[in-house]
Amino acid sequence: MSTFAFIARRLLGAIPTLAIIVALSFLLTRLAPGGPFDEEQALPPEIRANLEAAYGLDQPVAVQFGRYVAGLLRGDFGPSFKFRDFTVTELIASGLPVSLAIGIAALLLALALGVPAGIWAALARGRAADRLVMTLAVAGISVPVFVIAPLLALVFGIWLRWLPVAGWEPGRLRDMLLPVVTLALPVVAYLARLTRGSLLEVLRAPWIRAARARGLPQRIVLARHALPAALLPVVSFLGPATASVLAGSLVVETIFGLPGMGRHLVQGALNRDYTLVMGMVIVYATLMIALNLLADLVYAWLDPRIRRERRL
Amino acid sequence: MSGGLWRDALRQLKSDRLALVSLAILAVLGGAAVAGPWLLDFREDEIDWAHMAVPPFVADGHWLGTDRLGRDLLVRTLFGLRVSLAIALAATLISLVIGVGWGALAGYLRGRADALMMRFVDVLYSLPQVFFVIILTVVFGRGPLSLLVAIGAFGWLTMARIVRGQALALREREFVEAAVVGGAGTLRIVGRHIVPNLLGPVIVYATLTVPQVILVESFLSFLGIGIQEPLASLGNLVADGASEMETAPWILAVPAACLVLLVFCFNFLGDGLRDALDPRDR
Repeated sequence: MSTFAFIARRLLGAIPTLAIIVALSFLLTRLAPGGPFDEEQALPPEIRANLEAAYGLDQPVAVQFGRYVAGLLRGDFGPSFKFRDFTVTELIASGLPVSLAIGIAALLLALALGVPAGIWAALARGRAADRLVMTLAVAGISVPVFVIAPLLALVFGIWLRWLPVAGWEPGRLRDMLLPVVTLALPVVAYLARLTRGSLLEVLRAPWIRAARARGLPQRIVLARHALPAALLPVVSFLGPATASVLAGSLVVETIFGLPGMGRHLVQGALNRDYTLVMGMVIVYATLMIALNLLADLVYAWLDPRIRRERRL
Repeated sequence: MSGGLWRDALRQLKSDRLALVSLAILAVLGGAAVAGPWLLDFREDEIDWAHMAVPPFVADGHWLGTDRLGRDLLVRTLFGLRVSLAIALAATLISLVIGVGWGALAGYLRGRADALMMRFVDVLYSLPQVFFVIILTVVFGRGPLSLLVAIGAFGWLTMARIVRGQALALREREFVEAAVVGGAGTLRIVGRHIVPNLLGPVIVYATLTVPQVILVESFLSFLGIGIQEPLASLGNLVADGASEMETAPWILAVPAACLVLLVFCFNFLGDGLRDALDPRDR
């Protein structure tokens, strides 16, 4: 199979998943008891009917779904029920760059810290450095983002006054630092554990012993023979890492007051703003699918066993 | 599976000091969560007008201080711990029942039924779970019950996969053959012969599910989508503290420390049980 066909098949394979996500989120929100216009003060029936007609809610569910999907294909996520002056597409367009910026920065930071920490721990197996890294990793995994975030804000923002606690000016690094570090920490912890475990396993493999027997120096054995194999699980971890960063971004954007998608989603969930929640979930799901796909492709490209099979 | 395996497991667990300490701490936390709010002098929603936002060890009777409304922080944290634990245990039980039933049946039936059932699991697996839990809480409204349904709806997937793998192997064993020959029906074989032999991995994974559920529940409660005031869970207590941390950091520290300790202990206990009950990793 050619490279192109392989990529195309993977891309096509993502479509059913996406379709299920759209259909399920649509059906679930239509199942909901009570409509989006249930306020504390009941609306007069005429106004209510007008509102529902304006949003197309008086149509049969099948028609509503058809319209929604047709809109999605044009990049139109429909109007927000609660932010009356905005469409969901506008809210996504305003929030996505912020969320992407901190999300990608967090993933890169996590890779830059977690993988070397794991390698270091594996090479110092059983010694103090190993125990230190692994203890920190267990802590990083067990302490949830919504505890890390206020703690970092308290220490670095309020007590030390080094960094702003809230606020967002596009491109200002100082604003990004605390949110990005908060998002990265759990992923750093997982990556360190994963890299350490995988490298230790690879170092026991016979071909590593063979490389050593040929008299290759430790540096070469590590860089040329052990690491390429040991880092494969790190590549497949990209998918779960993305899920963790996206979920964490809800907390981080709320705490640090960033105008990203996560805050819109939380607001939408609190307001029962169905179109907003649906739109945001679809975008998040697409991001996750895209990164899982990327991880698959990189994996296939890196793993010689799959590469030969697919001629990638 | 003979008595020998369980005796071995017990011996292994007894030598795992971290797991034992975790178990002891969990027992203390659990006991305090159940009995504490009754034994202490204050109720969880009782307002002490004379002592608002006092630090720990200052005001009489308020050992860990009070929050900004003058509610005793120790009592409130124990109450939140009770709610978080109750939801976590209930959601784990739900995922246990669905997951074990689904997985054992699929693994025992094999063939097309198995393929269909596991395909369903795969599809749910590919969904971004946290976001669908949020949709479900939006749909069913906020509160402990809808939270339970939302978390339970996704919690059973990994359990089903683990159990199915085990069941596929178990159904080839002689005692299942003997039961078939003896004329036992499918449900009876699954219920009486397959499921009891799955207990080891099921116990391990259930123990590791509890902290995950605690984290999801408190994550949602922190965001305001889960447990609502005046009801408390560790999540909305942390949120409460985070909004006051500049002037009264202990309101954040007490529930946060309790949550982290709880999750730590469940994870260590789960790891210890895995070492004891899963002979493959030994």
